[in-house]
Amino acid sequence: MIIHVAWRNIWRNPTRSLVVILAMVVGMFAGIFMVSFAKGMMKERLNHGIETEVSHIQIHHPKFREADELKYQITDVFQKTKDIEKIEGVNGVSPRIVIQAMIASAETGSGVNLIGAEPESEKTVSNLYTYIKEGKWFEGISRNPVVIGQKLAEKLNVHVRSKVVLTFQDDQGNITSGAFRIAGIYQTVNTSFDETHVYVRFDDLAQLASLQQGAAQEIAVHLSSQKYLNQVKNKLSSMYPNLEVLTWKKLNPEFGYINDVYDYYLYVFIIIILLALGFGIVNTILMAILERVKELGMLMAIGMKKGRIFRMIMWESVMMSIIGGTLGVGIGLLVTIWTHHSGLSFDSYKAGYEALGYGSTVYPIIDWGITINVMILVFVTGIVAAIYPALKALKLNPAEALRTE
Amino acid sequence: MSIIKIKDLHKVYDGTQVEVHAVNGVTLNIEEGEFTALVGPSGSGKTTLMNMLGGLDRPTSGQVLINGTDLSKLKDSDLIDFRLHHIGFVFQFHHLLPEFTALENVLMPCLIGGISMAEARHKAEVILTDVGLGDRLRHKPGELSGGEQQRVAIARSMVMTPRLLLADEPTGNLDTETGERIQELLLTLSATKGTTLIVVTHNIVLANRMSHIIGLRDGMIYEA
Repeated sequence: MIIHVAWRNIWRNPTRSLVVILAMVVGMFAGIFMVSFAKGMMKERLNHGIETEVSHIQIHHPKFREADELKYQITDVFQKTKDIEKIEGVNGVSPRIVIQAMIASAETGSGVNLIGAEPESEKTVSNLYTYIKEGKWFEGISRNPVVIGQKLAEKLNVHVRSKVVLTFQDDQGNITSGAFRIAGIYQTVNTSFDETHVYVRFDDLAQLASLQQGAAQEIAVHLSSQKYLNQVKNKLSSMYPNLEVLTWKKLNPEFGYINDVYDYYLYVFIIIILLALGFGIVNTILMAILERVKELGMLMAIGMKKGRIFRMIMWESVMMSIIGGTLGVGIGLLVTIWTHHSGLSFDSYKAGYEALGYGSTVYPIIDWGITINVMILVFVTGIVAAIYPALKALKLNPAEALRTE
Repeated sequence: MSIIKIKDLHKVYDGTQVEVHAVNGVTLNIEEGEFTALVGPSGSGKTTLMNMLGGLDRPTSGQVLINGTDLSKLKDSDLIDFRLHHIGFVFQFHHLLPEFTALENVLMPCLIGGISMAEARHKAEVILTDVGLGDRLRHKPGELSGGEQQRVAIARSMVMTPRLLLADEPTGNLDTETGERIQELLLTLSATKGTTLIVVTHNIVLANRMSHIIGLRDGMIYEA
């Protein structure tokens, strides 16, 4: 009965109730779509970061990342690669030589991360080969091929088949250099990465750097699913207690931030929206109660207890919240599904996005966990918003209420 | 047998500068089945006394016993229950819920009292027929005349067959002819159901139709 009475009370002033509900719809749509948009952007960044840049797990000598010197090596990398490939959840392993180097063309030069990798092994841990825009992934040039990023190519003013010189310190600390010819130019959504990462064949770099047989600075490990992350990391740590085994969360804290901390920001945003909407509901319910003082007095006079009156007012607020919240969330989800397929293009801001490592086309995605929590928060908002007006109603004295002008 | 016993009842309101003794030491008994009019000038305390009789307000001091139950000793929730089952109210303004039909307004006390919907509906239909609105069950208050609205209010007050019916200026908002019909209805219905009726009124004609007239002035009984 209380719910029935509350429902009719809501529609006593349809305009006022519809304004509150519409505010709720707009607020929740904005909240859910913003969450979906942000999640889509974050997922793209994370995916790109893992699949193109760092992979799931990397193994190094414990001092390598700090000192960044060739002498801090992993030995016997090829045997280790074979052993790691057998671990459940691992679907790609690639040993890498990693050196800080200078790349120079006829016109200019630039500092880069020089990576020596086996072309086919590298394909199992990184999808960089799919971003080749000109030339091929280590094909077409038989001697000392090199693959560089589009941004770097523009800076050096080079093309496929152009010659570049790579200079670095070898294993003995001597400055050494080698001439390479560009086999392929790639372009990812991260221009910073494109400008600083250069790839050569493992054997070419090992020879130039005078590295001992089977030595490398890094082993990259790719997993078939994120769910194996901790399991494989722990396994590798126990297999190689003298080496440093790090997941992508530690390799690039920005990714960990994206994954873990950003959710909190999204919730804060949603809660701010709900707070603002909650005040709107408080105002509306208060106005409705002030208009119905005599009626409430009558209900108390004919025997309705204060607890029931309290619940009736609660239900009015909760029902408006649920209607507005459900519609808003529903519309937000529908728009998300639609834009997920078509993508939202921000090409006019492409340069800016790519400088930060984000694609300029965003594909919003639904986060069901956050969506369900938002619905719960909407329900809670409805309850909390009704408390003050309901308490005000309970303070009414039936005799005075009935005498109200 | 006295259904109502009032003993030295006082109601004092604390004003900003002075206390107002709205009811100032009223003692009286009312017999079961009696029709009593409370008359007096404006501000004499009639409505305040009525509200305390009905448990809508608490006295500052004194006792109100209805059928042996001391209302001052009841907790708020028990007082509300007592009102629901024993006392009916008719006010000058009908105070019907505008979004509900005549039938729904009348059956509301039954639902509050935990009566099933089927039985509540039956009781409401019967009482609405008794007040002459058997063909207006599905009309909302906005679709009824002033007299019909007050009939619905009377039906609502009687649906739980209370032993005591309190009516505060029940015809105050109505034209003379309609008011007379409402008076007739109140008296007939109360007599039929054996209800004790107390009416606050300025209407001399209505007052004279009661078996008992109590006059109030300055919160005190001056004539019984």
